[in-house]
Amino acid sequence: MRERGISIWFFIGLSLLVNGVLIVNAGVWQIFNPPANPVVLFHLHANVWWGAMLLVFGLIYCVRFAPRRQE
Amino acid sequence: MITAAAMYVAPRLVHLSAVDAAIIVFYFALVLTIGFYLQRRAKTGEDFFMAGREMTAWIAGLSFLSANLGALELMGWAASAYQYGILATHWYWIGAIPAMLFLGIVMMPFYYISKTHSVPGYLRLRFGESSRTLAAISFAFMTVLMSGINMYSMALVMKVVLGWNINFSIWVSSLTVAVYVALGGLRSAIFNEVLQFILIWAGALLIPILGLVEAGGWSNLKLQIAQNASPAYTHLWSTLGSFHNNPMGIHWTGIVFGLGFVISFGYWTTDFLVVQRVLAAKDLRSAKLAPIIGAAFKMLVPFIVILPGLLGLAVLPMKLTGETMAVATGGHSYNEVLPLMLARYCGPGLLGLGITALIAGFMSGMAGNVSAFTTVWTYDIYRALINKGGSDHHYVNMGRWCTILGVLISVGTAYLVMQFASIMDYVQALFSFFVAPLFGTVVLGMLWKRASGPGGFWGLLAGTLSSIGMWAWVKADHSALRYVALSANARDMAENMYRALWSWIICVLVTVVISYMTQPKPVSELEGLVYGVTAIPQEAEVPIYHRPVFWAIIVGAVFVVLNILVW
Repeated sequence: MRERGISIWFFIGLSLLVNGVLIVNAGVWQIFNPPANPVVLFHLHANVWWGAMLLVFGLIYCVRFAPRRQE
Repeated sequence: MITAAAMYVAPRLVHLSAVDAAIIVFYFALVLTIGFYLQRRAKTGEDFFMAGREMTAWIAGLSFLSANLGALELMGWAASAYQYGILATHWYWIGAIPAMLFLGIVMMPFYYISKTHSVPGYLRLRFGESSRTLAAISFAFMTVLMSGINMYSMALVMKVVLGWNINFSIWVSSLTVAVYVALGGLRSAIFNEVLQFILIWAGALLIPILGLVEAGGWSNLKLQIAQNASPAYTHLWSTLGSFHNNPMGIHWTGIVFGLGFVISFGYWTTDFLVVQRVLAAKDLRSAKLAPIIGAAFKMLVPFIVILPGLLGLAVLPMKLTGETMAVATGGHSYNEVLPLMLARYCGPGLLGLGITALIAGFMSGMAGNVSAFTTVWTYDIYRALINKGGSDHHYVNMGRWCTILGVLISVGTAYLVMQFASIMDYVQALFSFFVAPLFGTVVLGMLWKRASGPGGFWGLLAGTLSSIGMWAWVKADHSALRYVALSANARDMAENMYRALWSWIICVLVTVVISYMTQPKPVSELEGLVYGVTAIPQEAEVPIYHRPVFWAIIVGAVFVVLNILVW
């Protein structure tokens, strides 16, 4: 929300961005180091595309609601 | 219901990697950061208890829904979907949407224009001090008890799913909630609830997507469920013509009148835990829009809760059972269906996000309980009955201490339940005693000028006592079920619905009779409180797509279409 101080949407963007980076990293690492007991539908590499989606949304929200832009 | 027996079920379901742990730790750090950051904006009573009444419709609407979307809600209804099929969706659709729209369009103007800080506060303005005191004490008492029960249940979940120590789960999560709510008040609770809402979706949405891919789409899923369970598991209304034709043992009258009318309207329109979020809206239009936004998202929640339960019926290689059977055989119980589906599809990182979603759900529910308890205690009990002349600063300090005290009482309840697990069932039943009659009192107060102060008080009391009486009657003599629930075959859920319906009817009848026997309030004192004597701002100048009633019609139409699609 646009009001005094940092927007809640910035905090949400930060959360999605950090989680996205961590999940994509874990997914990419698993592509090159496949686990002994993979999850069902492992070949879809859900953590890569889902993590990437979180990362992109997080980045958009961080930029859009960055504290400096609020002032 | 997740019971103490779950403690003894099987070893942990999932193992976290370092990246999963990092995601969970980051979540805790972020919610605490928000609490510390918002501390400087919680100086006055209006800031601390009402979040400055400056929330946008979106923030208030998402928070309104998030306060209800606890982890037990997620896991419990996923378990119900596995056990009873798609019938569990009724609690998200007819059991929520009409009531949320009614709150937004009909009731919100009176709550908002009266400038009340709580539902008991509205009762004081409309019916007098005795009705407010009855509602406030029962709400405060039951809210902290429910918070403790939820806390204990969540700690059990963490033990079963992750192997975490119960004491560790209880103290870490409860102290985190205590810190961020005590520091930033309702604004901090609301901000974190919006964050938690997003994380719940980010963590849980992947399960139904991947589940549908594995099952081969909705049509194939229905075929597999028909083979593994029964075709009745995928029909929402067509099996409700008789108590015997559906897995829940319920009749459509119970769903429509008991759940869809009394229980749903009672909870969504009078439970201060959720209504408080809407009262924090910045203006009347935002306050009316917030429940409508909440309703739109509420319609989608079955996608992340009910669908995983149904998918479990189709794709899980093992058969889930009740707690007792699971303990005896070393198998998995219904309550584990959501974590099992999470572990099935989610590798490192996604697993941490999914577990974070469960923790976020728990914490949003607990913060909702604690912030609502704090407001009711400070304004409706402490200021009304104990210390009427305190300064605003004094009441804010009381609110901060009360937050910590509320959390500590909840922790105490959690340990009490740990010793006497059966308390859990009794307290949950007790909570339901107050909701239906309270709706009768509030709705008559808002829509009927003639309702008098004594009528409101005695109606509320009679409705509550009759509900307790019916519950005790069935406990003492199970054959009484055929009178209370209209069928000897009715299950617990059906009994709850009919009990709520009778207690609401008794509340309304007593209120009407006593009101006609006593003197009503002068019309001049009802301004801003009752339909017909309250000037509600018109929206003729506002474009149609900005009007709450327009969006309420859209949401209502989608609600009807969804029900027909899975009839």
